[in-house]
Amino acid sequence: MADSGSEDIAVIGNTDLTPSESENNLKNTMVEKGTSLLKKMEISVAEAEKRTGKNAVNMQETYTVYLIETRPVDAASEGNNPVPDSLWRRYSEFELLRNYLLVTYPFVVVPPLPEKRAEFVWHKLSADNMDPDFVERRRVGLENFLLRVASHPALSSDKIFYLFLTEENGWKETVFETGFQAKADSRLKALHATFRVKNPDKRFAEMKHYGDELQAVISQLLRVRARAADRLYGVYKVHGNYGRVFSEWSAIEKEMGDGLQSAGHHMDAYAASVDDILEEEEHYADQLKEYLFYADALRTVCRKHELTQYELEMAVQDLTSKKQQREELATGTIRTFSLKGMTSKLFGQETPEQREAKLKMLETQIEEGEELVKERNSECDEFVKSAWVDIERFKEQKDHDLREALISYAIMQISMCKKGIQVWNNAKECFNKM
Amino acid sequence: MSESIVDNIVPSGNSSVAIPTDISGQILDLDEDDDLEVFSKDTSTTLTDGSSFNASMQTSPASMINQYKLEEEEEDADTKDIFVTVDNPESHVTAIETYITYRVETKTTRSEFDSSEFEVRRRYQDFLWLKGRLEEAHPTLIVHPLPEKFVMKGMVERFNEDFIETRRRALHKFLNKIAQHPIFSSSEDFKIFLTAGTGELTSHKKQGPGFLSRMGETVKAVAAAVRGVRNRPQEFTDMQEYAEAFSQKISSLDKITQRIIREQKEYLEELKECGPTYTLWSQSEEELAEPLKNVAGCEDRCYKETEEQVKHLNDHLIPVLHEYVLCADTLKAVLRRRDNIQADFEGKAEALATKKADRDAMSDELDKAENRLEGANNALKSDWIRWQKVMRSDLRSAFIDTAERNVSYYEKCLAVWETFLQSQRTDAEGNGKVDSS
Repeated sequence: MADSGSEDIAVIGNTDLTPSESENNLKNTMVEKGTSLLKKMEISVAEAEKRTGKNAVNMQETYTVYLIETRPVDAASEGNNPVPDSLWRRYSEFELLRNYLLVTYPFVVVPPLPEKRAEFVWHKLSADNMDPDFVERRRVGLENFLLRVASHPALSSDKIFYLFLTEENGWKETVFETGFQAKADSRLKALHATFRVKNPDKRFAEMKHYGDELQAVISQLLRVRARAADRLYGVYKVHGNYGRVFSEWSAIEKEMGDGLQSAGHHMDAYAASVDDILEEEEHYADQLKEYLFYADALRTVCRKHELTQYELEMAVQDLTSKKQQREELATGTIRTFSLKGMTSKLFGQETPEQREAKLKMLETQIEEGEELVKERNSECDEFVKSAWVDIERFKEQKDHDLREALISYAIMQISMCKKGIQVWNNAKECFNKM
Repeated sequence: MSESIVDNIVPSGNSSVAIPTDISGQILDLDEDDDLEVFSKDTSTTLTDGSSFNASMQTSPASMINQYKLEEEEEDADTKDIFVTVDNPESHVTAIETYITYRVETKTTRSEFDSSEFEVRRRYQDFLWLKGRLEEAHPTLIVHPLPEKFVMKGMVERFNEDFIETRRRALHKFLNKIAQHPIFSSSEDFKIFLTAGTGELTSHKKQGPGFLSRMGETVKAVAAAVRGVRNRPQEFTDMQEYAEAFSQKISSLDKITQRIIREQKEYLEELKECGPTYTLWSQSEEELAEPLKNVAGCEDRCYKETEEQVKHLNDHLIPVLHEYVLCADTLKAVLRRRDNIQADFEGKAEALATKKADRDAMSDELDKAENRLEGANNALKSDWIRWQKVMRSDLRSAFIDTAERNVSYYEKCLAVWETFLQSQRTDAEGNGKVDSS
């Protein structure tokens, strides 16, 4: 598209979309939820498998692949259960898909992937990527990701996403052919650049701040609960020693022996019960982690808005300075300092012909500049509109999901308490028999 | 475990306790009465198989077993005729020292007491004195342990509130154990301990066996220990093994429980952060603020319950386990003393066999030593049984108490979370929220 005068303004994905493309995107976000892909297709990540192969630097590596199964929704309702279509994907391909979505739909709070490496683990939980529990939790996370994308009003109709689910071979090439990579690189550069926006949209600034807070507080919560889980594990496991000693003691007692022995078994059961409890807690942690990563996605959208705003402001600034230059040239007064101006002063005035040529060039540039400003203005407006729609959607989803998570956390605590009551009541019965 | 200990049931005549009430003097003075005779006749036959019931026993095995069961229940009922309370610790400051005294209140219907109610103040030293007197008078009876002088672990100060309270409870238990003991409770020293004014007690203390005589006893004991026992009856060896094993087990339980408390405390440290984190989060949210604050409240309440739970464990289970760790040491000490008495007898028997002169005097002494040994053995055996019953009852109660406390803890936490669930359900209904996923 049109180039602005200076080179250091990044070219971002949005400006590369033709007006008709952006219109299309807008249409998609306004589409009712009823047309989400999930209405037509069942999606699941059914299995995980280990593979070995040569990597990019020709070294042997072991990695995990995940089986994606899809099936038309009405297939099951016909009574027969046809074999689902399936293909294998590895984590890096999911990452590629997500990066593509991030670049192509910058106004969408894109669902996050499950974590690449296990973090916030309490010590008994493995931080090893090959650990079967980690792989299983990741499988669930990947399925969740696909379901979220498939139910998103804008993302679910994306062609690349559809191909990800259905075309095993050649998908990578297809993605690269969209040229998103170039946009991705420049986008990455832009997002890390520091700049200041003169008129930030208050709502986005607040959202960004909220994203920061959410990320901080969920991180803290995850850390706290990981440490607490560690300690709780210790408490339960030490009770196992009671079992051992009761058993040994029962051997030297006559009347007390039976009661002690059976009480000891319950102590062993108590100690063992913590493993299940903490596994359930991991599920809760995963729900929190999803929103930890969502917070990042939210901030990305806000940052993108800032960028858009900044570019508009840059274009406006540039136009203003060009207009000023024209004025100076026309009236012969130099108000703004420019190297050219200075050199011309030093080395003599320009000829009228040179002046004329310059003016003409400036006129063209101003015309182009005005076009650019108009474009960027409408881009900004569109971005704000569609981003805000998605942010509202995200807020509702987040409130619902996190509330459900808190409820299931409470249910989990209740279950833990019930188990405790049962074990200690049983132990009490045994002690009674001592 | 050796059957002889358990099956060798002590006959009881009409009284509700297993051992005749007043043989305290008789063990040393060797006066015989019916009960004691039956007692000693029973044990003079070989002790290993429980089927050798003596014909002169007044009750049949079946009714003895019944009596046993009755005794367990009766101890809880109002056959207690003496009630002792230890409370009200007070600090006393003198020029030389600072110390704590405890109020000891006695209510009794026993005839040997001049009145039915007494109130005195005693310090830890006085309890130590009483224990020493009882042990001296009855070397092979099992005296319940006193709390230790100071606790080195955790650097507890003597005047720390918790320490004083723990000690008070232990002293209360000590006196009650003495009061419930068939022989100790009728000890003159015990009576004086409960009733005498401070000055009176001090002068009575001075009347005890003098330094020299106590030294003499100690020398005898050392000599006997050095000599060693030759023919220790199997049942006492079995007791020794039991005491060792019991000591190990109960110490392990003590350590395990302390470890649990430590882990719980560390858990509490982390749990403390939970509530505040949820509260912090609620400040950034709108719709979620209420459930988050609610969860914060739940975590805080669970924290408090856990704190209470740990305190209970510390204040109730630990002291009992600790008492029985000390008891195990007492058992070993009692067995050692019995061994010494036997060694003394054996030594004298040997001496008599070898020496020619002074036979009469030595024969007399030998008789005394033999009677002393027999008395000691009998006393130990019956007290062993009594002790086992008490131990079983105490530890059972302590474990049941702990289990009940744990159940109660979980019930309380359960209620906390169920309230939260309830609130979320009614909220959802109230706002007409529909599942939008």
